[in-house]
Order: sequence, then C-alpha cells, then structure tokens
Amino acid sequence: MNRQIHQMTVLVLVMFLALAASITSVQGLSRPALWESSSEQGTLVTDPRNSRTIFAQYGTDRGQIIVGGNVIVDSQPVDDAYAYQRLYLGGQMYSHVTGYFSTAFASMTGLEQAENSVLNGDDPSLLSSRLSALVTGGSLSGGSVELTINPQIQQAAWDALDGRRGSVVALDPSTGAILAMVSSPSYDANLLASHDADAAVAAYSQLQADEANPLSNRAIAGDLYPPGSTFKILTLAAALRAGMLSPETEVAAPNSLALPGTSHELMNYAGESCGNGTVTVAYAFAESCNTPFGQMAMDLGDAALAQEAAAWGFGARMNVPLAVTPSVYPANDDTAQTAMAGIGQSSVRVTPLMMALVAATVANGGEQMSPFLVARTLDPDLNVVSTTTPSVARTPVNTQTAATLASLMTQAVAEGTGSSAQVPGVSVAGKTGTAETGSDVGGPITWFIGFAGTDPQHPSIALAVVLDGGEQTADGGTGGSVAGPIAAAVIDAAVDQ
Amino acid sequence: MPSPAPVAVSSARHPSGRWDEAVLLVAALALGLGGFVLTTINRTGSQPADVLPLAGALVAVTLVVHLWVRRTAPWADPVLLPVAVALNGLGLAMIYRLDLSYERTGDIHNYGTKQAVWTALGVLLFCLVLLVRDHRMLRRWDRRAMWGGLLFLILPFVPGLGTEVNGARIWIRVGPMSFQPAELTKVLLAVFFASFLVANRDNLALAGRRVLGINLPRVRHLGPLLVVWGASILVLVAQRDLGSSLLLFGLFVVTLYVATDRPSWLLLGAGLFTPAAWFAATHLSHVQQRVTAWLDAMDPEVFDMPGGSWQLVTGLFGLASGGLLGSGWGEGYPNLVTFANSDFIVAALGEELGLTGLLAILMLYLVLVQRGMSTAMRLRDGFGKLLAVSLSFTIALQVFVVVGGVTRLIPLTGLTTPFLAYGGSSLVANWVILALLVRLSDAARRPAVAAPQIIDTAELPTSIRRSVLDADTQENSPEDAAENAAGHSPAPTRTKEGS
Repeated sequence: MNRQIHQMTVLVLVMFLALAASITSVQGLSRPALWESSSEQGTLVTDPRNSRTIFAQYGTDRGQIIVGGNVIVDSQPVDDAYAYQRLYLGGQMYSHVTGYFSTAFASMTGLEQAENSVLNGDDPSLLSSRLSALVTGGSLSGGSVELTINPQIQQAAWDALDGRRGSVVALDPSTGAILAMVSSPSYDANLLASHDADAAVAAYSQLQADEANPLSNRAIAGDLYPPGSTFKILTLAAALRAGMLSPETEVAAPNSLALPGTSHELMNYAGESCGNGTVTVAYAFAESCNTPFGQMAMDLGDAALAQEAAAWGFGARMNVPLAVTPSVYPANDDTAQTAMAGIGQSSVRVTPLMMALVAATVANGGEQMSPFLVARTLDPDLNVVSTTTPSVARTPVNTQTAATLASLMTQAVAEGTGSSAQVPGVSVAGKTGTAETGSDVGGPITWFIGFAGTDPQHPSIALAVVLDGGEQTADGGTGGSVAGPIAAAVIDAAVDQ
Repeated sequence: MPSPAPVAVSSARHPSGRWDEAVLLVAALALGLGGFVLTTINRTGSQPADVLPLAGALVAVTLVVHLWVRRTAPWADPVLLPVAVALNGLGLAMIYRLDLSYERTGDIHNYGTKQAVWTALGVLLFCLVLLVRDHRMLRRWDRRAMWGGLLFLILPFVPGLGTEVNGARIWIRVGPMSFQPAELTKVLLAVFFASFLVANRDNLALAGRRVLGINLPRVRHLGPLLVVWGASILVLVAQRDLGSSLLLFGLFVVTLYVATDRPSWLLLGAGLFTPAAWFAATHLSHVQQRVTAWLDAMDPEVFDMPGGSWQLVTGLFGLASGGLLGSGWGEGYPNLVTFANSDFIVAALGEELGLTGLLAILMLYLVLVQRGMSTAMRLRDGFGKLLAVSLSFTIALQVFVVVGGVTRLIPLTGLTTPFLAYGGSSLVANWVILALLVRLSDAARRPAVAAPQIIDTAELPTSIRRSVLDADTQENSPEDAAENAAGHSPAPTRTKEGS
C-alpha cells in the first residue's frame, strides 16, 4: 500500500502548492483570483469597494497641510474607533483648497484627495521614512504638504469678497504658483470631518440644500462663467497676431452694430457711445467698447478666435493638482455668434483660474507658467522630500505682443474702466468684464483680471476676480464698480509686504 | 533469565521524541499566547491583566497532556501534538481578537471563552481516546461506526433537535449547546471504511469483471460501501452542506484507491462525481449561487446580490490589505467579513499575519498531514495504514476546500478549518482525529523489538479473524512487549504486508 500512500502524499503536496499560489496571488499581488489580475474596479487594493483602504487611512497619523509656515490642517489623536481626528484650523477660506477627509462618507476631496498618498505616507518618496518607522517600531505617520498660498493675500481676498458669491484666484506670474484661491461662500470642513456620522450627514445635507452652493469650488470646478469683456484680450491678441492692427489704429466704434443674419444689434454697455464713433484700439480697449471688438471678431473669423483660445489653454486639462474644469470656446455656427464670442458672450465659458492665467501670461511676457498649489512636500520629520519646479505650460503670444497687451491693460486701469483697481504706489494693469446673464433678476457677472507690482516690468501678482451675477448683484453693477475694488484690496495686500 | 537490556538499547537507537515534543510545545504555546498578548496590547493599549495566570494554566495543562501522551503512547510522533496546540492557540487568539472588535460595535459575544471551553473538552477527549491502547481494537467496531456515522448524519432532521442555520440543516441544539454531528460522522466513517476495505480489499481489487479496461468489482462486495456513501451524500445534499459532502466523497475515493491499488477507482470516482457536480451546479439553486459567486465574484451585480459574492470579496479585500507582512494582530479589519471567526478565519489570519503568516499556517497543516502520511507508510497493519491515510487526507482536503474557497481557487463551500475555526463540534472531532493519529504513530514508530506481534488478519476467514483479533489485543499490550522481546516470544507467523 505504501506506493499509493506515497502518491496520496504527492497529491496533498500538489493541493497545498495550489493553495500557496492562490494565497500569493491574492495577498502578494492583489489579484482577485489566480486567473484574473484585476477586475473593472481595479485590483483588490484599488477597488473602491475595499473600504479597508479608507479605514486604514483613519488609523494613520495623517500629515499636515501648511500655509505660510502655519498649519491649516492637522491630525489630532482621539480615543475612538478612528484614532485620529482631522482638524481644519485655517478657517472657511481654505476649505475648497484643502477639501475634507470624511470618515462618515468614507471619502476625501480637495488636496486631501489629490495629495492623499503623501498625507497618508504611502507615497514612494516617503519610503525611507516608512522604512525607518518599520525598523524603529515607531508608528507610521504621513508626510506634510506645504502650499504656495500666501495667507495675507488669501485673507484679503476672502475679506474683500465678504461672503458674496464669487471667487478670487491670484498667481505669481513668473512661476505659476497660486498665491490665493478663494471661493465664496464656503463651509466648515470640520463639520464634514466629524466622526459623528449623523452630525456629518446633517451638515452635508444642509450645505447641499443651500442655494448659494457653498460646496462648489467656483475658482476651478464650479459652474463656468461667461468671461465678458475680459475675453477681449484674446480677441485683441488674435488681431495683433493677424497683423490687422496696432494700438494706434483707428477703428469704427458705432453705437450699435448690426449682427448679420439676425434682427439683433450689438450695443455698447448700457447703450453708451464710444468716443465720437471713431476711436483708437487702445481707447476702445480701455473703455471696453463692444462694437469695435464685435467687428474685429467678425473680421478675424471664428477659426482664428478658436485657435487663439486654444493657444491660451482653453479646452486643456489641468491639475494643480486639483482637477481644473477646462474652459470652453464653443464651435460657433454663424458670424453673429462669433461677434458675441469676441466680446466674451455667446457660449464662451471660463474658470476664474483660466482668466488669472491669461493675465499672468501677459504679465510674464507671453509665457504661461503651469499653475500649482503645492510648493513642497515634507516627510513626517518635516525634511523636504520634493519641491515643485515651475514649468512653462505654453507660450500663446510673443514678448512683443505681450508688451502691447500689457501697456493697453495698464492704460485701462489708469484711465479706463478699471480705475477702481488702482492702488497708490503700485503699477496695476487690468481689464474689467461685465457679462450679462440674460436673467431678469439682479445684475451681471462682473470681472476684473489683471496684474500688479511695484516694478511694472516684473509684476508680482496676477489675478482674476469674479462675482456671480443674478439677484445677489445689484442691477447696474459693472466689473469696474464691483470687481475692481476687490482686486485693489487683494493687490494692496500682495504688494504691501 | 535474560535482562530487559535490549529494550533500553533499542530505545537509545530509536529516540522516542519526548524532548522534541516538549521543546516544540513551548514554541507552539508561544504562538497562541503571543497572539493573545499582542492582540490585547494593540486593541486596548495595555497588557492583558490576567496573562500570567492564564499562561501558567496553559503551561500546566499542556504539561499534563504531554506527560499523558508520553505515558500512554511513548513512541508517538513528537510533532503531531505541538502542531495541533499551535493551530488551536492561533485560532483562539484570533477568535478572542474578533470578540474585542464585536464588543466595540456593541455586539457582545464570548466566542473566545466558548472556544476555550470546547478546547478543554477536545483535549479531554483526546486524552480519553489515547486510553485505547491498540488501534486495531477499533477494527471490531466497523458496523457500529457505520451505524453511528449514519445516525449522526440524520440527527439534524429529528424535529425539535435539529436547527437550520443559514439555509443548512446541519446543526443539533441541546439546551444552550449546538453541535454539528457530521463532524463526528467523518471520523466514524473513516474507521468504517478502513476496516471494511482492509477486510474486502482483495475481493474489491481482484474479483469482478473487466469492462472497457476497468475492473468492476462484484456488487456484493461493493454494496455496503456504496450504500453508506450514497446515504451520506444524499443526506448531505438534503442538508445543503456541500463541504461535508465533498469531504466524505474524497475520503471514500482515496481510501478505496489506497486499499485496492486500482486506478480504475479514481476513474470511477470521477465518473460518479462529475455528473453529480454538474447536476448540482445546474439544478440546485444554492449550488448555482456559489458557482456564480465564484466565477463572477468581482461583478458589482453579483457582489450586491443576496447570496452573492459580498462575503467572499470582502474576505479577499482583507487578505489583499494584509499584504506580505499583514497588518499585525488586532490592527486589521477582519471583523468586516461575516463569520470571520469560523468559515473565514483564514481570511482574518491572512489579513493580520500577512502572506508570510498564512503560508506558515499552511505549512503547519502540511507538516501535520505529512506526519500522518509517513505514519501510514511505517505502520505494519493494513487497517492502521488505511485509517492513518484517510484521517490525514481528511485534514488536507478540509484545508484545501476552505483555503481554496476563501482565496477563490474553488467555489466557496462551508467547512471549518481544522483546529483554527470557531465551532465546538469541529474542534472536538479534530482532537479525536489527532488522538487517533498519535495512537497510530505510536504503533508505527515503536521499535521492532518492542513492537507487538502482528498478524494480518485481513486474509483470514471471518470466524478465525475474530478470535485472532481478540487474542491479539490481549497479548500485545505494551507490558507484554518487553517480555516478548526478552525471549518469551510466542513465535507467531509474521505475514508480510502485501502491496
């Protein structure tokens, strides 16, 4: 019988080898099965149904988020099932940037999500500190993230918005570092991060029911806005590129412009006249006359405008590392729509960050730097692990065109519609925008985009300010009267340091 | 009068393994106790208050059991008991650890304490079974074992006694205790198969007609076996206990093959199994569910379906999160899986001890099975060989079905992991199996000079066989062995084991 017993022993060995292979595939390689390396939901570790991945995050001492040397998001040890409570110390003005880390919803948003691997310590760059924790037996803690945000500018923008629905985005034009990103109104991330699930759910449903939509990050991921007259910078850039004109070129500026194929007439803002009907391009830009730019757009044609928008980054995906909704220059069917698009109406739609980038590009001599929010990542002992290197995203216009646009924008603030953005002792350039929403209630969406600095050749800040239209805006408000003062307050805080 | 010196000499040449067992037991105890202490530290932040008295009690009990084994079965394989102690200890630590998690969610059970009581009962039974001084005595119980096994199988159908848990009617409830009688059926049928086959193996192997190159035995030789096997399969299908059904089938086929050395049995077994499996997979809804949950486990629809793959996939998530080194005792989330302490204890251990830990546990089982198999090889009587093979293979098959099911190698069937999983009936049954293996290994490893004389009664006519068997067990008690070795040999005919 020994031969058969021997055979059975071999059979048992084969069975156990199969088991070992199966265990290894699941535990060692995260495969759902020997014959399946991953499912549609990913591997066993990345599958969103694997709540352990999020549970495990709760147990780790998550890293900090730092702004200007101050900790704005921290983890505090608590004596409950989740071991650590996330604290949002920076106040509501940072909530859209940081996002929240919620145990109640088993989810994370904002930088908590985008920088999760650093914050929870899983990032490969933190391997050495993980290894040393393993060796010394210390508990695993995550790395920290230091933001590019300047707390004074952020605070000034938040205060200037004063709870109104809108957004301010400020950049360092020479690097692309985001100096401020505010979306208003905001919410208290601490409520959503509460370990008390009922309280968190209640807070979330209340925020969701709020018609001011405080959960949406208007700066990059809210509803897109029509840019209004701020888009004229692109229209003008296209015309300069085509060699159609120079700032001194005299153009016709009638009180109304008939739009071909429609019964509509394009009027200047509030039906005003522009000069005496024939003005220089510089004047039309500074006074934001509609009719010359409508005509300019029609002369250029839709293809040239679409090409111009794409050159400045419309339609492109961006991660800062938060995902930015791409801005849109639509396909226009007829010349009337092209004329409207040329003055930032029709269905052109942008994010405030996109328009801040437009201003920054002009300020930076035509080079558009990639925007970024994370300056440095640090290991748990606050040693620098990585530093973000600024990079050029695209160069939509040459230095000469940029200089031309810059001088026109300076003129618009010095003598034109942007005068409300003037700050004593600072050279400010900009463009206002007032986009009609077509709704019956309240005022238009108002814009100011521009740049400023003590040295006109090297502006230190570029920004975009937008206020939602509708009932919250007074009828008759304009970019100059509403958005300009906010820009002035932000520039004052930025340059005053 | 010659002195009994040769015995001493031969025991020096054939070490009994007493000290090996003692050392291994210390290591085995350390595994379970270490798990317990680490769990408490990691879950509560402080050392368990009563760890010293507990450790003392465990060491004392283990010492007593060790001494008992060395007294009743001095030549027993020194590895068997420590492996069981290690597995049982790891299981206890994990069950206790899960209790702490359940407690936290306000769900207070004392599974750990209950399992400890069952362990005590199992160890007691282990010691009692060792009182059977010669395994061949069991051979005379073949019919009783058969009827007992069948009786245990149908007990859950007795109204007022049986209860249905999760669609399987495999439990009986007496007062506060619930028991799964099929666990004991497995042991009893192993005894029955071994003794029946050893008596009839030549008839089964050689008699009968040859059809299509396959030797078919005569119906009158195969009859009793088929009846027992068929009845057990039928009862199990009615009870919806797929695991036990597969286990008994495997036990049957393997014992039959080893006894008769006819590969045709394996073919015949496959021929019987395939259509049955196909029928079950296509016609029985609960089997269909299991197969779907296995093949399309990751499909969100199957995942959410009642009776779908939710439990299996959550277990896989746990295993994957454990990774290579595991989360550590008490640091994972094994409580997210239902039945984490019974059917899915392998997933729980895998999550907290990692791939390394789980492979080590697998190795423990492999060592246990391999020791059982080598016991079978060394034994000199056919009954003992068959019993050792079938008991060892039962353990191997059970581990294969459970671990294979949990890791999605094969469809999930409900079976317990020997010694690890929560459940009194399984634990007690496995301690009985271990006692039998220890008893068999004692016989296998006993040096020839001290060994009882063996007559292979399989080839004798039934009437003579009975009387020889009775005489055999009386004459060959260990006390006689020394005398025999010292020269009072009755000089029996030593028939060599045919194979």
